[in-house]
Amino acid sequence: MLAKRIIPCLDVRDGRVVKGVNFVNIRDAGDPVENAIYYDEQGADELVFLDITASHEKRKTIIDVVERTANDVFMPLTVGGGIRTLEDIRDLLNAGCDKVSINTSAVKDPYFVSRAAERFGSQCIVVAIDAKMVTDKMESATKEEWFDNASFSDVILDLEGFQSMKTWALSTHGGRRMKLIDAVKWAKKMESLGAGEILLTSMDRDGTKDGYDIELTRTIADNVSIPVIASGGVGNLEHLYEGIVYGKADAVLAASIFHFREYTILEAKQYLKDRGVNVRL
Amino acid sequence: MLKLKSMIAIVDYGMGNLRSVQKAFQKVGADVVITSSSREIENAKGIVLPGVGAFKDCIDNLKRFGIIDSIIKSIEAGKPFLGICLGLQSLFEESEEFGSSEGLGIFKGKVVRFKEMGLKVPHMGWNQVRFVRRPEFLSHIPDNSFFYFVHSYHVVPTSNEIVSGITDYGYEFVSMIYKDNVIATQFHPEKSQTVGLEFIKGFYRFVEQS
Repeated sequence: MLAKRIIPCLDVRDGRVVKGVNFVNIRDAGDPVENAIYYDEQGADELVFLDITASHEKRKTIIDVVERTANDVFMPLTVGGGIRTLEDIRDLLNAGCDKVSINTSAVKDPYFVSRAAERFGSQCIVVAIDAKMVTDKMESATKEEWFDNASFSDVILDLEGFQSMKTWALSTHGGRRMKLIDAVKWAKKMESLGAGEILLTSMDRDGTKDGYDIELTRTIADNVSIPVIASGGVGNLEHLYEGIVYGKADAVLAASIFHFREYTILEAKQYLKDRGVNVRL
Repeated sequence: MLKLKSMIAIVDYGMGNLRSVQKAFQKVGADVVITSSSREIENAKGIVLPGVGAFKDCIDNLKRFGIIDSIIKSIEAGKPFLGICLGLQSLFEESEEFGSSEGLGIFKGKVVRFKEMGLKVPHMGWNQVRFVRRPEFLSHIPDNSFFYFVHSYHVVPTSNEIVSGITDYGYEFVSMIYKDNVIATQFHPEKSQTVGLEFIKGFYRFVEQS
């Protein structure tokens, strides 16, 4: 039976891990390769590097990180953050990365996803969706130009509907802004354009340690036939269980609970296994 | 300086990233080269045919690169051959992906999409392989080990004789085949951590001993 995946995520800036694992065996907490090896030894199922490098000149540093990681770590590697062109994807894949996670570039140009999937195969195209629940306080939502494109009218958020039914919109700028795009419809659109997987982050929960947004996760998982990775809000192991069992996620992603050694990947897997979840131990 | 003949040729025909396959072989100490040249394929002691993407593109590219003959010739000559993912699927007669497309036809059987079982397709992640029969060089791999998969189609061989490994995803499908010098996997040993490297090591040993 297919195992549920546990995926640690490392934030990388200018080639260095931000909030690296503070562990006795790791000499340099900021070295992405040492962090990757640490997670590899614990039995992580995949690894995600989120590149938060701000300056354009330093963007190549992530290529070097992937290259060095792939020399020693033989598990699927995903890189997200700042991917704008097919060349960006090609460079990362050539360096030894297996999947790329596309977020902003998909929102700017949804066909970027289909071009990428056509060229490199759906299996390596993850679409990252940052979603936020729609409330009355949605004044910052703006109608983007490409909504006028008739082929995408089907993803527009129904602003009348949110009062009666829970609705989530795409969020940008780290949750500070909203877009008039319905997150569920968007996920389906991304699937139809060739996304191989959805990395779903609840911006309401991200950083809260209150657990995943289960309803959001389940709604998206029920509406697409590609795998969904739940992200945003993990504070304890129970949350991982909830994301998988109640949220129906195929994989769960977490950052801080692993970085700060609150739990090891092995502990997380043992916990899930004891509660009847099929994991790879 | 004279370049030594590479022992293992990883066939590059424009189907996906071969870097991780190369790195995995290097990790176990193998001498490998990524190549599109018929001559290098024919000169190698062992051949690895990886590949991700669409079946038809795979076959079209193999044709375009003009390397089908040298691959078939090498297999027929008894040279150790490892197919991974599309490298497994391409060995069969046909695939139903995008209508119907013809494969290399080295083995009888076809490639079909996962049946609708209410499960996610692609089948992506870690799943177990139960060995029905396997070569000596893989006897050190524990039965029911987890390997990394990512695919939407799987092979259905006509003959059970070549079936080597079975995996359960809604139903049981063939995840590995083995016949004489040919071993081919639906999973990615190069992405399957320790057990994957052990697999690669086993194949490398097989090449060395041939």
